[in-house]
Amino acid sequence: MSDTFASAKLFAITFLFWMLLNGALALDVILVGALVAGAITFFLGGSLHFLSGYRLTGASARATVGYVGYFFKELVKANISVARVVLDPALPVVPAIVKVRTRLRNPVARLLLANSITLTPGTLTVEMTDEWLYVHWVVARTTDPEAATDAIVAGFEKYLEVMYD
Amino acid sequence: MIVLTALGVATMSIGTVFLALAGLGLRRMPDTYTRIQAGTKATTLGTILALVGAALIMPEWTVKLALIALFLMFTNPLSSQVLARAAHRAGVPATRETRTDALAEDKEGLA
Repeated sequence: MSDTFASAKLFAITFLFWMLLNGALALDVILVGALVAGAITFFLGGSLHFLSGYRLTGASARATVGYVGYFFKELVKANISVARVVLDPALPVVPAIVKVRTRLRNPVARLLLANSITLTPGTLTVEMTDEWLYVHWVVARTTDPEAATDAIVAGFEKYLEVMYD
Repeated sequence: MIVLTALGVATMSIGTVFLALAGLGLRRMPDTYTRIQAGTKATTLGTILALVGAALIMPEWTVKLALIALFLMFTNPLSSQVLARAAHRAGVPATRETRTDALAEDKEGLA
């Protein structure tokens, strides 16, 4: 990916964020937004380049839609399962900290993966080192890293792989 | 309009149920890590539902409320992760029912 293209993407992201915050299509708002987004891209582009790892392709857009849908489905499932555990008089918890492996290298993709794991059924990311994530699991079904990776990571990873470099 | 308002109130009410369950989870769970779990998930969905309810009642606020929800979905799990990591590094014990602690095992291997 060329530097110019990365800068253009960073400019687009910061500008879009500014426009959403303002929620108005007035000329002065657009001008100030373009100026500030331009300044951010120019002065901080080097340290913010990780923000522009998102791929701008059709496959990436489809994966994003799939990811968002899958995420909300898992979020609702997570809440129902936590509600069930909390309301059960016997409190059926079988906690464990298991380790799982990820193939993702892009920092934003890894952040999204760790956040998604934290928000979905009974799992909480505790620590991250290179390719390993340590996940606290309220109702652990397995302690084997391979099986745990399939159960926890695989669902999100297949979307995030397409979305980020 | 009245239908949207009613839907908004219903959505907000469901959200508060999840927030109440999160509170109950904090009280009932056996150790720090399971409490963080109960506190993260249910508060995230509960707050999102409250925001969706607000958007149904005041449709002109939708974009800003969506931004708040997005911000929440990035920061809420992040703070839970950092809390859990800090607890683990400080040696806060997990409940006795915990089956394995792969992180503690690997740390011993490194030391």
